[in-house]
Amino acid sequence: MNDSIEKRIELKAPISRVWRALTDYREFGEWFRVKLEGPFVPGQISRGQITHPGYEHVKWDAIVQKMEPERLFSFTWHPYSVDPKQDYSKEPPTLVEFRLEKIAGGTLLLLTESGFDKIPSGRRAEAFRMNDGGWTQQMSNIETYVAQRP
Amino acid sequence: MSHKGHRSKAGRRRAHAPVFAALGDETRLSLVATLCRGNPYSISQLTEGSKLTRQAITKHLRVLEGAGIVRCVRAGRESRFELDPAPIEEIKEHLALVSRQWDQALGRLKSFVEK
Repeated sequence: MNDSIEKRIELKAPISRVWRALTDYREFGEWFRVKLEGPFVPGQISRGQITHPGYEHVKWDAIVQKMEPERLFSFTWHPYSVDPKQDYSKEPPTLVEFRLEKIAGGTLLLLTESGFDKIPSGRRAEAFRMNDGGWTQQMSNIETYVAQRP
Repeated sequence: MSHKGHRSKAGRRRAHAPVFAALGDETRLSLVATLCRGNPYSISQLTEGSKLTRQAITKHLRVLEGAGIVRCVRAGRESRFELDPAPIEEIKEHLALVSRQWDQALGRLKSFVEK
């Protein structure tokens, strides 16, 4: 297990087309299935309502981080906060980054979602300290242990 | 998005962050490793072979207990600790769910920009 999710996908479309699909809030809403209230602006909260069938009750709530044209689009959010009874605001937000690279015949999109291991700030006082760098190794250890106990 | 993430029974669903946080410590991780062997351990057994004091081990066990990873069972006058693997399974499932949902969203993005 890792504390981040990484995806790479090759798109047969020019980088400018992909950039628009990612950062124009209406276009983003089309494929992501969310009705956003307004454009993405770095440093600002983006609000909306998920339109994915069966998940229309779910709110979209993110903070736009970076918009470097045709290179990097990032936001923080609470990933797939689908359970209305759960208070996700206490969970640490994760960082979603879309990185674009021009390749022959189209665009390479690298998606990273990271920060699943972050500690809510309120808990730091309780000395819930993380080890630097050791997390990935620790999680694979844990995974091995758990796998031995089906 | 699938419903798989809802599989955990109502009320058993916990916040993931405390589980991640509780596991992010070498002492606690080694306690979990010991408890993974299956049987409940007493604090004395867990303190044996450790450089830490009984008090320190107890403190770490309480953190794990607070995150639901470990539970305390009474055996007469003695407290014993055993592992509850459910929270660790849940964070694994949670990551797998988020991963699958990105696969689906990126698939839709691909159709969207290539049409």
